[in-house]
Amino acid sequence: MKNENKIQYIYGIADNALILGQRLSELCGHGPNLETDIAMTNMALDLLGQTRSYYQYVAQLSGDGKTEDDIAFLRIERQYKNVLLVEQPNRHFGYVITRQFFYDAFHLLLLEELQNSDDETVAAIAKKGIKEVSYHQRFSSDWMKRLGDGTEESHQKVQEAVDDLWKYTDELFHMTEDDKIAVENGVGVNTAALREKYDQRIRDVFEEARITIPETKWFQKGGKQGIHSEHMGYLLSDLQYMQRTYPNMKW
Amino acid sequence: MTIEFEKHIDPTLIPILEKVHDPEIPVLSIMDMGVVRSAQMIETIAQITITPTYSGCPAMDVIGDDIISAFAKKNIEAKVSLVLSPAWTTDWITPRGREALEKYGIAAPLHEKADKEALLGGKKIVKCTQCGSTNTKMVSQFGSTACKALFQCNDCLEPFDYFKCLK
Repeated sequence: MKNENKIQYIYGIADNALILGQRLSELCGHGPNLETDIAMTNMALDLLGQTRSYYQYVAQLSGDGKTEDDIAFLRIERQYKNVLLVEQPNRHFGYVITRQFFYDAFHLLLLEELQNSDDETVAAIAKKGIKEVSYHQRFSSDWMKRLGDGTEESHQKVQEAVDDLWKYTDELFHMTEDDKIAVENGVGVNTAALREKYDQRIRDVFEEARITIPETKWFQKGGKQGIHSEHMGYLLSDLQYMQRTYPNMKW
Repeated sequence: MTIEFEKHIDPTLIPILEKVHDPEIPVLSIMDMGVVRSAQMIETIAQITITPTYSGCPAMDVIGDDIISAFAKKNIEAKVSLVLSPAWTTDWITPRGREALEKYGIAAPLHEKADKEALLGGKKIVKCTQCGSTNTKMVSQFGSTACKALFQCNDCLEPFDYFKCLK
């Protein structure tokens, strides 16, 4: 497998962790209460840690002198390969939890397969991540149930969030050309094959949470090709501000 | 799981490594945490390999710097590298480390099954580090650092951290 294909494949996983981690870290000091604030920033930290491991590996593979920081902070919007789901803004707590729940369910299934990758580094990062993402999934699943099966208002808010975010879930299972090459070479995961398990996981939690899955058959896509929603530019300007303003700045 | 990393650690380097502590849990040396995977003198340079507890744990960078300065005090140059695999588990915390945690006010990790029962099933098995009662409740799965959950004792009402089992 050519390094360039492998790098693109890794971006498809790592950028999700970076962007979702960035969204969660926006909540630092703004959570609804201390415990959830700490929980969400803890998850952000796990995701950014995973991102660093992936980007360090990409830097090593590309061999062009770029560092993990260049990769995180100095790409342009079109070069980020995260799915649209993770870049959606923090509208309210129920919305944040729903976005997290939709991603965690996928993330855990992905990592469980990715730990068997023929690429040792990718497998090691995945294996380490499983432990962390298991906690994330517990947290977001518990909150889906609490909100969905909670008060009338919490139920309504979380159902609306599901109705709005559901259209971004299909993209998780789309296979890009680089994904296919990675699968053929034993490096990547055939995400399309995870769909059934994913749907089952969602249904199980929704049943307890008294939430219904929208009937829409129309799904939004584009992030994996680098074509993002209008929220991405604002997110990146926040994320990249320091490196753009003070080039080569170091901690 | 048994670990056999002791044999990769040069015993003469252990006293220096034991002087380095987790910046978030100062009572715990990195040897007691079980994060040192190998330590050897290669010619004049001490090559130290450590493994991160959690991917994003900010303590790892500090630990790396602290190792270098601990060796520098003995006029030895040290190089620190990070390995991800096999992933760190709380089983690698030594008995002495567990004791130090408890004394410091952090409940040591339970075994995997008991940990699940405590964090998910609401079972009252985590012992309060202040009064020893197991009549405790989980306040939050996530605590002040990535490796801890927040508990409270129903008897003495003290809040305390619980070091989550990681396997």
